[in-house]
Amino acid sequence: MPDSRPAPATTEQPPVIDTRLSYRSLTRKFAGVVLTARTPKTWWLGFLFSFGLLMLFFLAIAYLLMVGVGIWGINIPVAWGFAITNFVWWIGIGHAGTLISAILLLLHQSWRTSINRFAEAMTLFAVACAGLFPLLHLGRPWYFYWLLPYPNTMSLWPQFRSALVADVFAISTYFTISLVFWYTGLVPDFAAVRDRARRRVAQVFYGILALGWRGSARHWHRYETTYVMLAALATPLVVSVHTVVSFDFAITLIPGWHSTVFPPYFVAGAIFSGFAMVLTLIIPVRAFYRLHAVVAIRHLENMGKVMLVTGLIVGHGYLAEAFFAWYSGDKFHAYMQLNRMFGPYAWMYWALLAGNVAVPQLIWWRWARTTPWVLFVIALLVNITMWIERYVIVVTSLHRDFMPSAWGMFRGTIWDWLTLIGSFGLFLSLLFLFLRLAPMASMSELRKLLFESKEKENAG
Amino acid sequence: MTNALELYGLLAEFDGPEPLVTAARRVHAEGYRRVDAFTPFPLEELDEALEIRRTRLPWVFFLAGAMGAVGGFFMQWFATVIHYPFNVGGRPLNSWPVYIPVTFELTVLLAGLIGVIAMFARNGLPMFHHPLFGVRRFARATQDCFFLVIEANDPEFKPETTAELLRSLDPMRVIEVPR
Repeated sequence: MPDSRPAPATTEQPPVIDTRLSYRSLTRKFAGVVLTARTPKTWWLGFLFSFGLLMLFFLAIAYLLMVGVGIWGINIPVAWGFAITNFVWWIGIGHAGTLISAILLLLHQSWRTSINRFAEAMTLFAVACAGLFPLLHLGRPWYFYWLLPYPNTMSLWPQFRSALVADVFAISTYFTISLVFWYTGLVPDFAAVRDRARRRVAQVFYGILALGWRGSARHWHRYETTYVMLAALATPLVVSVHTVVSFDFAITLIPGWHSTVFPPYFVAGAIFSGFAMVLTLIIPVRAFYRLHAVVAIRHLENMGKVMLVTGLIVGHGYLAEAFFAWYSGDKFHAYMQLNRMFGPYAWMYWALLAGNVAVPQLIWWRWARTTPWVLFVIALLVNITMWIERYVIVVTSLHRDFMPSAWGMFRGTIWDWLTLIGSFGLFLSLLFLFLRLAPMASMSELRKLLFESKEKENAG
Repeated sequence: MTNALELYGLLAEFDGPEPLVTAARRVHAEGYRRVDAFTPFPLEELDEALEIRRTRLPWVFFLAGAMGAVGGFFMQWFATVIHYPFNVGGRPLNSWPVYIPVTFELTVLLAGLIGVIAMFARNGLPMFHHPLFGVRRFARATQDCFFLVIEANDPEFKPETTAELLRSLDPMRVIEVPR
C-alpha cells in the first residue's frame, strides 16, 4: 500500500515476508506441495487417522438416523446438550478465518496474507461441521428442507419470528459466502498450479478449477474490486452470524440465557476460540511444511495478541454475567449463577475461567507469544475450555431453571462423544485434503506483498 | 513474419513489473488500444497505464444486495401478514424488527453471489481456450513473468512496426501469437 503517513514504529518490526524469496521460489514452494508426486508419509498418517474418525462420525450418524436422538443424553429439562454446544463451538472457530481474510484485509494488515487462505479453509470446514449438528438434532433430519421457505402443498412457512429460522439463513449464507470468497481467492492460484502441472490429469483438474484465468490486467482490476467488495460484505456477516447464534439463547426466558450481553460476548468468544484454532493448526503445519519464511514469528505473535484481547472481552463477559445475576435482583438468575459456580457442574465453570481468562494472560509476556510451543499449548487449552464454556452455558442454564421439581442432570452418552469426536474426523479429513490439493497460502497475494516489501526496502 | 490475418497478436515479455508498466505506458501513448498486460499478481499501476476504465461492478453488488434486502423483507412480511397470519402472544403481525436478521443475510447472500458471478462473466470466464495459451512461455504469466500483448486487430497494428516498437521497449523477448 502506498503509505503517505509518517512511518510509525512498524519499521522496527520484523518483516512479514522474507524478501530473499522470489516470485519463482514462492510459486515453486506452494505449488510444489500440491503437485509433488510423492505424498509425504506423515500426510498419509494424518489423513488416515482423520479418515478413521470420519468413519466413526458416519457410524454415529447412521445409528442416530436409525434410532433417533434418544441415543444422546438429551432429555427434558436439558434438550440441547452436545448438539448445540458443538454447533456453537464449531461455528465460533470459523469466525477467525473470516476475520483474518476480510476484516484484516480492509484494515490493510499485510501480515494476514500469509495465513488467510489457510484460515479461510478452516472456516469453511468448521462451518460444515457446525451446520451438521442442528440438522442432526432435528429428530427427523430428512425433513431439513422444512426449514427453508419453499412452496409446499401444506401451505406452510417457516416461523420467521424465531431466531432458529434466522440461524438457518445466517449459517447457510455464511457458508456460501465463505466458499465463494475462498474460491475467488483460489482461482489465480489454481491457474499457477495448472501452468506448472506436468501430468495431464493435474492439468485438466486445475485447468477446470482455474476457469481459464490468465492474469490479464483488466481481469485483475475487476477481481480486486470484487475481492474488496466481498471482504466488505463478509465483515458485517461474520458479526451477524454469531449474533444470530446468540439470539437462539438470548431471546428465550431461561435464566443465564436471557441477557443483552450475549451478542458481543458470543462474537468475541467466537473470534477468541477461532484464533486459538488457527494457532493450534498452523503451528504444526508451519513446522511440517517449513513455512518459516512466510509465516514468521510475527504472525504467531499477532494472532496471540488478538487472542489476548478477545480473551479479555470474553472475561469481561463472564464478569458482566455474574454482576447482572446479582444486580438484576432476579432470584432465578442469581441462583443460576451460584449453581454455575458451586453446583454440580462447578468444576467446569472454574476450568473455563482458568483456561479462557487466567492462562491466556501469559501472552502478555513476549517469550510466551514468540515461543511457538507455548502458544500452541495455550491455544489448545483455549479450544478445550471454550467448548466447556458453551457446555456450561447450554447445560447449567437448562438443568435447573425455575421449578425444582423439574430439575434434572445431563450427561453425554457414548454417542454424544462419538459424534463430537467424529466431527473432528470430518474437519481434519477436509483439512488434510485441502493441504494436499490446493495451495495453502495465496501465492498471488504473497507475490504482491513481496513486490511491495522489496519496493519499501529499496526506498528505505 | 506470419500473415497478420493468422496472428492473434504480439506478446512481449518483461523482466519485472516496472519495465512492464513503462512499456504499457509507451504502447498506450503510441495509440494502441487493444493492449493487455498479464501479471502474476494485481498491479494497480497498469490500470492507469492502460487507462482501464473503472469497473461498475460495485453497482452490481449494490443492486443485487438491494434485491436481497427488499425481496427478503417482502418474503417475511408476505408470509406472516398476508399468506399465513399467525397470532403470537398478541404481538403485531408485522413484527418487523425480528425480520431484520434474515433480511440482512439475504442481502449479503445475493450481493456476494451475484457480484462474483458478474465479475467472472465480465471477465469472460470460464474460457478454457485462448490463443495465448498456445504460447509455451505464457505459462509463466501466472507464476513469475510479466507480459504485454498488442492484439493484431488493433487498428494501429502493423506487424513490422509494432514488433519494432515492442523490441525498442527492452523486453526479454517478443513472441508472435498465432490465432
